[in-house]
Amino acid sequence: MAATAHMTLEELRQGLAWRKQLDKVFIVIGLALLFGCLAILAILFFDLVRDGSARFGWDFFTSFPSRKAENAGILSAAVGTMLIMVVTSLVALPVGVAAAIYLEEYAPKNWFTGIIEINVTNLAGVPSIVYGLLALGLFVYQFHLGQSILTAGLTLALLILPIIIVATRESLRAVPKAIREAAYGLGATRWEVTKDHVLPYSTGGILTGLILGLSRAIGETAPIITIGALSFIAFLPPSPVTGQFPFLNFEWLMSGFTAMPIQMFNWVSRPDQAFQANAAAAGAILLGMTLAMNAVAIWIRYRFRKKINW
Amino acid sequence: MQGETSVPKSDSPSLSIVMEDRKATRANPAKASAEKLNFWYGSNHALKNINLTIPEHQVSALIGPSGCGKSTFLRCFNRMHDLQPDTKYEGAITLRPDNVNLVGPETDPIEVRMRIGMVFQKPNPFPKSVFENVAYGLRLRGINGRTELAERVESALRGAAIWDEVKDRLNDSALALSGGQMQRVCIARALATEPEILLFDEPTSALDPIATAKIEELITELRQTVTVLIVTHNMQQAARVSDFTAFMYLGELVEVDATSKIFTNPAKKATEDYITGRYG
Repeated sequence: MAATAHMTLEELRQGLAWRKQLDKVFIVIGLALLFGCLAILAILFFDLVRDGSARFGWDFFTSFPSRKAENAGILSAAVGTMLIMVVTSLVALPVGVAAAIYLEEYAPKNWFTGIIEINVTNLAGVPSIVYGLLALGLFVYQFHLGQSILTAGLTLALLILPIIIVATRESLRAVPKAIREAAYGLGATRWEVTKDHVLPYSTGGILTGLILGLSRAIGETAPIITIGALSFIAFLPPSPVTGQFPFLNFEWLMSGFTAMPIQMFNWVSRPDQAFQANAAAAGAILLGMTLAMNAVAIWIRYRFRKKINW
Repeated sequence: MQGETSVPKSDSPSLSIVMEDRKATRANPAKASAEKLNFWYGSNHALKNINLTIPEHQVSALIGPSGCGKSTFLRCFNRMHDLQPDTKYEGAITLRPDNVNLVGPETDPIEVRMRIGMVFQKPNPFPKSVFENVAYGLRLRGINGRTELAERVESALRGAAIWDEVKDRLNDSALALSGGQMQRVCIARALATEPEILLFDEPTSALDPIATAKIEELITELRQTVTVLIVTHNMQQAARVSDFTAFMYLGELVEVDATSKIFTNPAKKATEDYITGRYG
């Protein structure tokens, strides 16, 4: 009995079986590649942990660098990294979000904004050392901000600005037209539509973009070496919080600094084997910080997806 | 609305049942009238010389095949087209009694939208609580007092026949409601600011028949408080809810008359072909 005009049912089944085999082959190839990538990351991480295992301990976190490997720690580097990240977020988030809002909601669609859009995307691909050179010329020599936490934060903010702009624009665009129309239909102005609706509903995507940007910035070495990070710092910047009114203190902004990747770089480049363990331990911690930030980004995205489901 | 009453011919039983309690046959005073209204999307001349009067406190329906311009026409009333670049109005839609030209370049579209409410094709509540959805239009108008907001939100929800279903979940997300409930919350949201005209753009096309029936019943009741203009794809719906029906085709207004007349004894051949299902 012919199942179709051209094939018997038997032929049809054989052909289908073969095509389903191909489907399975693809699944196997895909899984193999996926696990290959994950395995490399896992091996890297565990290798760092193993090499640095001798150094993990409270002392490692609370000690300044030292000439003796067994006394050296990452205190100044970790604090420096955190303070830089604070500056970077505080600068990059408002600037990036404002730029994205303008481009997405306000800018007329013409050749000029077209060029701006293409270049924002291109900026994400500029080598980070170029940002370092720009920052050295602009922030250090021109604005006299010194080789400071402020300069480093501003530099990394420039670096992740395109990431934040692109992520913000995507999540603004994901807000359905129907929601905007609903708000406009009630007599809202463009700014009211943006601040009451579009922006709050995009928060998940924006924060995800910020964190992904920061997790790139946290590992950047080249630009902060270029602007002159120190690699041996045995002091902490002045505390941002003080016991006296007004409880905030901004001297830390102008303080010299080091950061995790700088500290690692410094240790790796030493001949003494003992420092290699320090470098590995610092690397494991830095990688852990990055993974933790990505986890937070995933969690935020999940939370907002659950709450707002178009 | 120049149409005089005509006794429905009973050769169309389904429609005569629908119209047994047919209400308006004579037009109330005009609430708004389109005068030689033309509209362009870029170079596409979407509305051609439309003249139509919307009687106050009655339901006027716009019917016609897809792409005939009925939604385009509806969206002129609250200047929704101004959100798109490269659109152009010509002519007038005059709002009575103060004779403001809704599509005039001198008229602020935001002011127009504050006076003319709209309910959309798909329920589009904000991902906020039911209360905040309905309160939003009031907040835009600077009404922030707790008691006043609560009162006006309640009366809007009652007006949209949804109060009993949501009174215990005012603080729940509106997205947790069913499609029909969401659409009635959207109607409440539009009613809360007491619009002079309420526009409905195929408000039941995304709903099941039961939810549709509720919305239709609501629309017929709304007539007491607001002037309604509704676009519908569904001719039975136009027959059920409206007092006057306008048939549009290819961007032109073909015929407008009392709904009972349009559906039983249309004056134009094109209208008859459409309502008898010969095209569209």
